[in-house]
Amino acid sequence: MSHLLEVKNLDVKFDTDEGRITAVENISLSVDEGEVLGIVGESGSGKSVTAKAIMQLNPGNTKYNENAEIILDNENVLRFTSKQDLKKIRGGKVSMIFQEPMASFAPAIKIGNQMVEQLLIHKNIDKSEAKSISINMLNRVGIADAEKRFNQYAFELSGGMRQRAMIAMALSTMPKLLLADEPTTALDVTIQAQVINLIKDIIKEYQMGVIFITHDLGVIAQVANQVAVMYLGSIVEKGPVNKILKNPKHPYTKGLLEALPDVNNLDAPLRPIPGNIPSPLDRPTGCVFRTRCPNPTHDCKEGNIEMGLIEVEPGHWVDQCCINCG
Amino acid sequence: MSENLISVNNVSVNFDYQENFLSKKQKIHAVNNINIKIKKGSFFGLVGESGSGKTTLGRAILGANKISSGNVIFHDDNRDFDLTNINKQEFKEYRKKAQLIFQDPYAALSPRMTVRDIIAEPLEVMKITNSREETDDRVRDIAAKCRLNLEHLRRFPHAFSGGQRQRISIARALVSNPKFIVADESVAALDVSIQADILNLLKQLQNELNLTYLFISHDLSVVAHVCDIVAVMYLGHIVEMAPSRQLFRNPKHSYTKALLSSIPSIDPENQSQAIELKGEIPSALNPPSGCVFRTRCPNPTHDCKEGNIAMGLIEVEPDHWVDQCCVNCN
Ligand SMILES: Nc1ncnc2c1ncn2[C@@H]1O[C@H](COP(=O)(O)OP(=O)(O)OP(=O)(O)O)[C@@H](O)[C@H]1O
Ligand SMILES: Nc1ncnc2c1ncn2[C@@H]1O[C@H](COP(=O)(O)OP(=O)(O)OP(=O)(O)O)[C@@H](O)[C@H]1O
Ligand code: SF4
Ligand code: SF4
Ligand SMILES: [Mg+2]
Ligand SMILES: [Mg+2]
Repeated sequence: MSHLLEVKNLDVKFDTDEGRITAVENISLSVDEGEVLGIVGESGSGKSVTAKAIMQLNPGNTKYNENAEIILDNENVLRFTSKQDLKKIRGGKVSMIFQEPMASFAPAIKIGNQMVEQLLIHKNIDKSEAKSISINMLNRVGIADAEKRFNQYAFELSGGMRQRAMIAMALSTMPKLLLADEPTTALDVTIQAQVINLIKDIIKEYQMGVIFITHDLGVIAQVANQVAVMYLGSIVEKGPVNKILKNPKHPYTKGLLEALPDVNNLDAPLRPIPGNIPSPLDRPTGCVFRTRCPNPTHDCKEGNIEMGLIEVEPGHWVDQCCINCG
Repeated sequence: MSENLISVNNVSVNFDYQENFLSKKQKIHAVNNINIKIKKGSFFGLVGESGSGKTTLGRAILGANKISSGNVIFHDDNRDFDLTNINKQEFKEYRKKAQLIFQDPYAALSPRMTVRDIIAEPLEVMKITNSREETDDRVRDIAAKCRLNLEHLRRFPHAFSGGQRQRISIARALVSNPKFIVADESVAALDVSIQADILNLLKQLQNELNLTYLFISHDLSVVAHVCDIVAVMYLGHIVEMAPSRQLFRNPKHSYTKALLSSIPSIDPENQSQAIELKGEIPSALNPPSGCVFRTRCPNPTHDCKEGNIAMGLIEVEPDHWVDQCCVNCN
């Protein structure tokens, strides 16, 4: 069976005053229908840039490599240039929940009108139908008084409500693929639990594929089927959520799990991964993690090892350099 | 150690709200009749529902929000500052002693200033130092304590990662040598490793510099680890307050229980046991009478459901305070 989404050998670079930044290097991933792929990793590791590439939302100074492919429903979206095609990936087959909810609502247009407008662009329905779909969706994300909220502006809603309204808007077009970038980071845990349950229900109901980006490994454990761990633009490990969280192989994944504060053991010291992330302007050669790795072997320390994922157990991929070291 | 640095006495903060210029003015009850004492050298945690008034309370203590009623007293070594009764000169003094670490290290730092200038700015604005040499000395000193390299000082903030930027904001907050710091969601945007690093840094600086923190966070596991005492807010009220271990081991209030049950487990096989809260958070324009939590409480007793119960914290065990209405229900 072919995947709903398949990203192959993607590089994303930005031309800046200081030179060319490598934000993402040679990543490959796939998402099936009804599946949630979680992406975790250090801040600045390229998670948002990857999601934006799928909708072609990165800015004008972005450079993609020639041999990269982002195949959605058997079409390479990186080749899309016409308005008609772009519409398919921006609200049609793909929707995105952005890291900052305020940014995705226009301040001067009522929430309901924005939802309706979006539906009219992407679906062959009339206004009253669009309105009833929108109100129904606002209800589903747990917004009471949906009819009233429909007529309000984004700034009139609390942070948590705004976030849920954005989720409703992203889901209302029933995309095949949902890109959720830190959708629950601004929410307190009770609302976070509600939103997670909602997303799970909808995936089941509509067999949507989801990329779920978050810093929170607890959230990953609760929503994801598959996980990709990113460090400095590279995927260093990926596989089923169980394997990644319970049997991590890469020293960076292990470090992330060890850094997690454990509510059941308050006496345990917090253990960050030592050292600093290198600048993306000056990525280490060889293994990207070698400047901070607790146990680099001689070879990888020199930087003369090639990166690349290999399968260590069914479905569980780890950077090749790291299989025998660490 | 047990001396209080800050006393918050019956503090309320209201905002005016008007739907449009024709409709009548209403009041948003953002913070309602709060009483807390923050001990010298403590790490005081504030958690709770989004929109419950945590930021507003923190800003009120810093004098950045108007206090509608009640007062805040800052007990300095040999004098008290009463924030509701303070002149301009005293307020300037106070701002050297009480500082905020911003939530968002990306938004908070001016892209056109070098790191040195960003950290030095409070010293210059508050006229704390008398010469460029003195300013540079203080900047270098605090930068080193926050584990920034000296070569970093000449760079611009965009060249730094999230964790490094957060250290820059911490250095900026600490350079005036304050005694009290409000850290509002200071680690929320950071991944777990950088978060652990920053939290360790805050702890270490607390010991070195004798600091007291008000630490606002959504992340309960972080709060459990770093805070000595935690207050739980819901819709402008503190509904429970206790030493962290006590609160996490033995929560009493229905809202606290729901909150703690919602921490997502890191074990994928252990799917959520969260006590689900139904319904919408009531509006701060029109809070429920009686217990503020009653519209969403999973097990309200008859009385509290009617809204004829008065709120107010009582001490159920040493230092463990719970809203009185919730002590006998459940
Ligand atoms: N338009 C741009 N121009 C130059 N550099 C950029 C641009 N957009 C992103 N970057 C850089 O690309 C890298 C990856 O950024 P990205 O936003 O994907 O990180 P992230 O993993 O989403 O981090 P966070 O967890 O902090 O959201 C960073 O180093 C960032 O500074
Ligand atoms: N300047 C303001 N004008 C009007 N209302 C305000 C203002 N600042 C805050 N509020 C309102 O006061 C209430 C408390 O807001 P506050 O920002 O203190 O919540 P919070 O607990 O910090 O929430 P979060 O966890 O989402 O940051 C909210 O209802 C908010 O809408
Ligand atoms: S390849 Fe070497 S440096 Fe890189 S993570 Fe593995 S052990 Fe560490
Ligand atoms: S007083 Fe009643 S409604 Fe309020 S939290 Fe307690 S049990 Fe629930
Ligand atoms: Mg991001
Ligand atoms: Mg806040």
